[in-house]
Amino acid sequence: MVLAMAERTKKQRTAPQREKEAPAETESTGDTEKTDRLKQELDGLLDEIDEVLETNAEDFVKSYVQKGGQ
Amino acid sequence: MAIPKVCGIETEYGIVVRNAELNAVTASSFLGRSSTRTAWDFFDEQPGNDARGLLLGEILAPEVETHLVNTVLTNGARYYVDHAHPECSTPECRTPSEVVRYDRAAEEILRLSMERAVAMLPEGGEVVVYKNNSDGKGNSYGCHENYLVDRAVPFGRLVNQITPHFVTRQVFAGAGKVGCESPGSTPSDVAYQLSQRADFFEEEVGLETTLKRPIVNTRDEPHCDPAKYRRLHVIVGDANMSEVATFLKVGTTAIVLSMIEDDAIGDDLTLAHPVTAIRQVSNDPTLRATIALGNGKRVTALEVQWQLLERARNWADRHGLDSVTVDDGKRILEEWESVLTGLERNPDDVADVVDWVAKKRLVDGYASRHNLPFTDARLKAIDLQYSDLRRERSLALRCGLRTITTDSAVREAIDTPPETTRAYFRGTCLAKYAADIVAANWDSIVFDIGRDPLRRVPMMEPLRGTKVLTAELFAASATAADLITRLGDSPQT
Repeated sequence: MVLAMAERTKKQRTAPQREKEAPAETESTGDTEKTDRLKQELDGLLDEIDEVLETNAEDFVKSYVQKGGQ
Repeated sequence: MAIPKVCGIETEYGIVVRNAELNAVTASSFLGRSSTRTAWDFFDEQPGNDARGLLLGEILAPEVETHLVNTVLTNGARYYVDHAHPECSTPECRTPSEVVRYDRAAEEILRLSMERAVAMLPEGGEVVVYKNNSDGKGNSYGCHENYLVDRAVPFGRLVNQITPHFVTRQVFAGAGKVGCESPGSTPSDVAYQLSQRADFFEEEVGLETTLKRPIVNTRDEPHCDPAKYRRLHVIVGDANMSEVATFLKVGTTAIVLSMIEDDAIGDDLTLAHPVTAIRQVSNDPTLRATIALGNGKRVTALEVQWQLLERARNWADRHGLDSVTVDDGKRILEEWESVLTGLERNPDDVADVVDWVAKKRLVDGYASRHNLPFTDARLKAIDLQYSDLRRERSLALRCGLRTITTDSAVREAIDTPPETTRAYFRGTCLAKYAADIVAANWDSIVFDIGRDPLRRVPMMEPLRGTKVLTAELFAASATAADLITRLGDSPQT
């Protein structure tokens, strides 16, 4: 069984999949655009966290106790 | 010549029961009850054997717990309860990318178990599983890796040359943690660190796995021909939610071990104080902290990683990448360079790959939005919930981590074994002849075919029992008795 993998090259590093629909025209504009995009994306994520985070975080954290393992 | 790096991952999951009266042990066993039931066979398991050749003497041997649930799955994996945690060991895989696929399949198996548990519990009851390694209160549980290593490599060289990698690979393999749990510290001593596990390592080398944990574990239990092989049992890593992080963790380690086998690393990266260094690296998300080498120089973790990568490229040029397979090897080297470049330039560049970076963005962003002190419980809740396996709650599944598997490949790996290791033989036997199998473990299967004493079929070679070697045998063996007869005629599977 061959694992299906997205084809990527190392040069794509600065343009992760979720951003590659908006290629940068120049390095500096690209960086600014990228920063803005990342910020927007993070804002969306933080909105989601507000929705899904355990409602009583303090109780949740306090009661999350595990037996030691290996 | 480096030998094939047959490898796998065993993950102990955190577990929480809600609105039901179950303790962690019962809940963990509850999870496993729905899976394929063939008992695990403890014949010739010797977790107390020490690779340094010491007799156990006064050293406390790690225990194998009693087995409320202990099953072998048709994908060749082992699913069980260990130290009150549900644990799943992937089958033996030939490549790091295959390990990623089976590690993801293990997550899906745990998800299926959670869903079934909910259906069996009273209204509102729930068992929730977390793929992390610490509860934030000083209790840790592991994500262990295993690699096939040539027995001929002197163990001292292995320890000296793998330790710098284990101490520094957390820059890309760390899963991130809010707070601190090292002995003598308080949680607020460190706001955020790279690794879940670094706080729990107190020795450089040793046999323990549950207390005074060593960076290099010496458990010598090869589960295969002990004259030819050892199984390096790695306990120092974090459980990753990021597929690429798992790929890098296993892939780079497989390459570094191959280089050690070919004596292609040298001793100049030996660390002066590995236990101190592993915490220094973990405690510094700026990645600027330096650690002391044995030769007196000070270097950053990234510099050690760049050195290892450069040597890996030279090694690959001279020796080839067969030990990890050429396809995986090339990809490991590319991803390795890419992640180091990103970490050096701006860690946020690799937020789609590195768990500690992805988690830190959430923690920092949330703290800044709500103006929270770093000790606020909501930030620790984000840390825990990052690794919540429930799709509707998991934060890791929301933050855009790049994947290298496909849903269909992962689904297939839930009940079919890898084709290129002996896991194929184990999994296929379980799928075809479950009723006639009394027990199975890593290196043998015990059949009861009715008319004779129980028959143990040994599997001492990890690269035998593959699809190529056994497909005809299975096609010609309608029953377990047929299989045993044919195996008697031809022991070369």
